[in-house]
Amino acid sequence: MFEYCADPSTLSGFDWWSCYLTTGKHFSFYQSFGTVLTLLALTVPLILVFGFAGALARRSRVLPVRWFGLGYTSMVRGVPDIIFFLFALIALDQGIEYLRHLVLCPDWTEPIRQGNDFRVCPQAKMPLGSSPQWVHEVYGFGLATVGFAIVFGAFAANTIFGALEAVPRAQLETGAAFGMTPRQIFWRIHLPQMWVYALPGLSNLWMILIKATPLLFLLGVEDIVYWARELGGSKTTRFAYPHGDWRLGYFIGLLVFYLALTWVSERVFERLTRRVSRGQASLGGAVT
Amino acid sequence: MSCAETIWDYGLRAIGIGERLLPKADITLCEQIVLIGSGMVWNLYFAVLALFLGFFLAIAVALARASENGWARVPAQAFIFVIRGSPLFIQFFIAYESFVLIPKLGVDINLGFVEITAETRWLTKAWLGALIVLFLNTSAYSAQIFYGALMSVPKGDIEAAEAIGMSPFRRFRRVIFPSMLRLAWASYTNEAIFLFHATSLVFFSSFPAWRQKGDALYYANYFADKTFNPFVPYPIIAVYFVVFTVLLIAVFGLVNRRLNRHLKHQR
Repeated sequence: MFEYCADPSTLSGFDWWSCYLTTGKHFSFYQSFGTVLTLLALTVPLILVFGFAGALARRSRVLPVRWFGLGYTSMVRGVPDIIFFLFALIALDQGIEYLRHLVLCPDWTEPIRQGNDFRVCPQAKMPLGSSPQWVHEVYGFGLATVGFAIVFGAFAANTIFGALEAVPRAQLETGAAFGMTPRQIFWRIHLPQMWVYALPGLSNLWMILIKATPLLFLLGVEDIVYWARELGGSKTTRFAYPHGDWRLGYFIGLLVFYLALTWVSERVFERLTRRVSRGQASLGGAVT
Repeated sequence: MSCAETIWDYGLRAIGIGERLLPKADITLCEQIVLIGSGMVWNLYFAVLALFLGFFLAIAVALARASENGWARVPAQAFIFVIRGSPLFIQFFIAYESFVLIPKLGVDINLGFVEITAETRWLTKAWLGALIVLFLNTSAYSAQIFYGALMSVPKGDIEAAEAIGMSPFRRFRRVIFPSMLRLAWASYTNEAIFLFHATSLVFFSSFPAWRQKGDALYYANYFADKTFNPFVPYPIIAVYFVVFTVLLIAVFGLVNRRLNRHLKHQR
């Protein structure tokens, strides 16, 4: 980074630190904070989509759709989320490869499950074996995003379902009395009023989501935990910047990052709650 | 090999009794069910002990949080904020790394204390180290729940207890504490479920599984890696967790009924 960093072995004190903290690997580490924030930014809309789909499915008049919604929303309560991540990721991966296999190689005769192996034709591999490293990384990250969205979508569906139920009936009946169509009632009355009931649950879910992001590491994405372990591990004198086992220090850094993220989120949700309860005939609404 | 033999060999494999080597080739359904089931012993061990011990610390922290004395309130607030604000996963890492470092420091500082260094070595083993992390984690979350409940104990109840001349301790023991538990119980049940599910992170994060003695997820993941087929071991472990979660909800439901025994049962 700096010119005087050319020969690290001659450095000490502040110079050493300024060089140590600006190595290429450290920049990858700093970028991985962006990876985590990107994951959060990408999953939230997806989670809301899955959540609404699940909640609406549970309210559907069609019985099989309702069962599906009920199954989806109740699955997360009984089973640890990490198991869902591990399962959903491999299942998605294999499912995509299997579908591509069916389309791309119709004349492939060998069975796909050969004993302990899962074999599809080379053209159906996702991503292709010949594609560059970054494609593999982006694909893995995309799969993880979808996995997060499926699992947390189920939590969100529970919350949104409860919030939709909690909107006072009289409000909807008033809409009907004005001659609104069911669609108008949903969009103009039901949905806007739902948020005040959904917000406590959704803010709780956001906190859980933040705290689930280190699981990315378990799913094989090079996230902050990966880099903290990589950089913190003891380095012998063969390395440019030798040091002992500093993993504890790096992890305390991560701890501070998460504490800051939680603290900021709490402040934001406080303001949001005040915003959505404006004009509501409740304790919170009456205050403002 | 029949399924009965498999149960004999692997039924208690997770705590080191039975066959030493895990099945490698030609893995049967029976082996997967038995071995993953034996791993559940660890999940239950962590959940039961952490919840039991955490219950008492949680009440102490909740009372400290509600205290008017700053020396008690501020540390309790800080404890709750740090644990609730950071991922359990990171807490496991930090605990493990510091537990690994403790004996080294102990040796560096005073060479004489052989007993202390011998004891700290246990901290790096999952049965003690992970238990401490889970214990502290559930204490902080439950303390927040109990604190919230404590704040919503009806004022009239406390004033009534004062009016009939109860001593402060007696007032707490007979009026405030039972009300607090009643108010907190629904949320506390949720927290217990979360903690039970969190036990599956123990061997998956930083604590190494010594001699392949691991929890249910450790074995489920082992089978998924070996057979490259996630559609068998993960549903098995999911069923185990669902069964024990339902059991846990039932036990907490019984306690809830006992707490509310003065109310008419609504059906």
